[in-house]
Amino acid sequence: MQAKYKFIFGAVLVGGTVGFLMTSGIKETGVYFLTPSELAAKVEADPSFKDVGVKMGARVVHGSIERDVGTQTITFEVTDGAVTYPVVYRGLAPDTFTDDVDVVVEGRLEPDGTFRATSLLAKCGSRYETTPEA
Amino acid sequence: MTTLGQLALWIALLVSAWGTFVGFYGGLKRRPELIESARRSTYAVAGVIIVASIGLLAAILKHDFNVAYVASYTSRDLPTVYLLSAFYGGQSGSMLFWALVLAIFGALAQLLTSRKYDHLLPFVAGTTQAVLLFFVATTLFAANPFERLPFTPADGQGLNPQLQNPGMVVHPPMLYLGYISITIPFAFAVAALMSRRLDTGWLHAIRKWTIVSWLFLSIGITLGMWWAYVELGWGGYWAWDPVENASFLPWLTMTAFLHSVMIQEKRGMLKKWNMVLISLSFFLSIFGTFITRSGIISSVHSFAQSSVGYYFLAGLAFLVVAMGWLLYTRLPMLESESHLESMVSREASFLFNNLLLVGIAFSVFWGTMFPMISELVRGSQVTVGPPFFNQVNIPLGVGLLALTGIGPLIAWRKASVGNLRRHFALPLISGGIAAAVLTAIGMGHFYAILTISFSVFVVVTILQEFVRGVGARHRLHGENYAQALARLVGRNRRRYGGYIVHLGIVTYFVAFTGQAFTVDREASLVPGESVEIESPFGHTLTFTHLGVSQYDQLNRLVSAATVEVAKDGERIGVIKSEKRQHFTCQAPIDPCPANLRQRSFEPSTEAGIRSDLQEDIYVVFAGSVEGTEEAVYRFTLNPLVWWLWFGGFVLVVGGVVTLWPGTAVRATRQGDTQGGYAAMLVESKSA
Repeated sequence: MQAKYKFIFGAVLVGGTVGFLMTSGIKETGVYFLTPSELAAKVEADPSFKDVGVKMGARVVHGSIERDVGTQTITFEVTDGAVTYPVVYRGLAPDTFTDDVDVVVEGRLEPDGTFRATSLLAKCGSRYETTPEA
Repeated sequence: MTTLGQLALWIALLVSAWGTFVGFYGGLKRRPELIESARRSTYAVAGVIIVASIGLLAAILKHDFNVAYVASYTSRDLPTVYLLSAFYGGQSGSMLFWALVLAIFGALAQLLTSRKYDHLLPFVAGTTQAVLLFFVATTLFAANPFERLPFTPADGQGLNPQLQNPGMVVHPPMLYLGYISITIPFAFAVAALMSRRLDTGWLHAIRKWTIVSWLFLSIGITLGMWWAYVELGWGGYWAWDPVENASFLPWLTMTAFLHSVMIQEKRGMLKKWNMVLISLSFFLSIFGTFITRSGIISSVHSFAQSSVGYYFLAGLAFLVVAMGWLLYTRLPMLESESHLESMVSREASFLFNNLLLVGIAFSVFWGTMFPMISELVRGSQVTVGPPFFNQVNIPLGVGLLALTGIGPLIAWRKASVGNLRRHFALPLISGGIAAAVLTAIGMGHFYAILTISFSVFVVVTILQEFVRGVGARHRLHGENYAQALARLVGRNRRRYGGYIVHLGIVTYFVAFTGQAFTVDREASLVPGESVEIESPFGHTLTFTHLGVSQYDQLNRLVSAATVEVAKDGERIGVIKSEKRQHFTCQAPIDPCPANLRQRSFEPSTEAGIRSDLQEDIYVVFAGSVEGTEEAVYRFTLNPLVWWLWFGGFVLVVGGVVTLWPGTAVRATRQGDTQGGYAAMLVESKSA
């Protein structure tokens, strides 16, 4: 029966490693996913929240997209209907990025209230069902 | 034709309900006429669903835009091959496709299974028919592809251009085949529990099915990577997106199952665990479908939100409860016949393989569901992305890689020092040398060095097995080396096919390390202007922008940008990358005049890729600057990507070797030789 206990010890070790990697992974890489209203509320409650990187899911305000191809900078506004934030993003936008689509921007809020995004994801408009992956 | 299809679906609903009933009731009461009826119902339902599928295909091919599904996913100018793929390109069509494949598999399971397992087959029929009943009912009540519109549009909306790619034609069916074929091993597990025949019989009966579904899942996932790589244009092939994770989860548990059944076959251990693993695999395949259909987790891949998700959730809940209860009532019959004797044994190494695989599956599941979990617990969503998954899974993956080398060779029960030395001395030394060399040339990435060194270790263990086996046959039977190799593999397909699959997996791991060295750079270039990028392999690549051209092609307007590539100053070729704007024409005129063109969908990107054994050069044309020929590019150097596709090829070869029909399976129950297979040959010869 000795081997059995050794195995249980090993299993606890493996399980512990998985658990440790997961909790530390979440602590180090977890990012809040907020709507503009939620972000505004968080910042109001705790001004230091601005320094925390967050993801924000919102809709692009129609006609707000301005592209500066030279510096590859895109500025636009996002809203959830209640709160609107200006966003600055430097880099290539995905093909699906256009007026009125839902986007997820990741980055942080600047002191002047601009959201500086380091990544920009756009979801396809609901008219299309996309990938038939099951 | 849609009336016929609709009618066929209703008949399928009735037949599968009948099949479920007679399968279970007939099996329990041992009533031969009911059992025969259950068997026939699987054939009947397959026939009926084939008719329904032909009905939908005919509507698609005839452009019957009065059918909502046809109008939503196809258009007149869609190339024929994509018309065919539109069959499973949308929600309701994919449900019908699922039912079609399951019905065919269910019938094949009855047809191909040996009469030896007659005591299991009625329950197998009952289970497959029950699952089918669920799919047919969901198709009819929540996602009916035969629904008609109150009017007939002149043309359909067309298929999403991102899906107009050869990879997308084969990727979904492959993945579906993988998902769906798990139903058959699961049905046999249910049958073994129901019939109380819990010897290894059911494991023998499902051997090939298990490998088939594992293989289809692997192919489906790899093709999905390939599609994402060439079509989505972000430069990588795996983003830990929820939908990708959903396909990875059952793969992980099936891999664990494939290995742990060997322990049950040889040593009569892990009986409960195997039941749990196969059920879990099946549940995860349904769960994967649920998260993609319900829109509960946001993903770039998701289908539109629909009620189908709730059907899946209800079905899944029922399954978990039913299977849990069945397993609970049979627990006393699943006692282990032997116990673990040493930590240095094949049993132990397989147990750790299982622990790691399930650990990875758990972390992937947790990470995928974390936004939901955190919202429930803390009130606000917290998401985790690729950094989380990489941080957790790279160390676990490396451990798994090491076990890939150890597991197949270490002795059963308790390995002697001689066994360990014989099998692992050379591989360990080779791995050590690899680590030293990589460090010396300045690779400087801990996990990459570790992964490649362990890969060398595994490859050497496998090559050593081949060399020893061939050598033994050569000496004992006087065969020449080619003959010896052919017979060695031919007579032990499961073992050597398995080794080849392992070689494929190692190749994947090596390819993954390339991701640690990706370089990318964005640049806006006027014609003639160039940009230089340093490759991690040491050479310099120069990209010179040549120009942008525009032309019509099929149903799209293509803007193509061309760069010339030079390696250390020497021209190696040109790479073209495209931006495609799909359009529909408002009148049936060919070619379509500019004023009648209506843009459909957002523009799509076609990355330009030049691949060699070292690295992929990946060029994305992001657009031109206000009508001029100045182009915005992203250049990415992706080391070792070619090896990923090659690894997929090797894996399939290994799988086919394993599946090749005609091997008599030798029942070597307690094969506890210390010397490995070559020594066993010698022993059996002298005995």
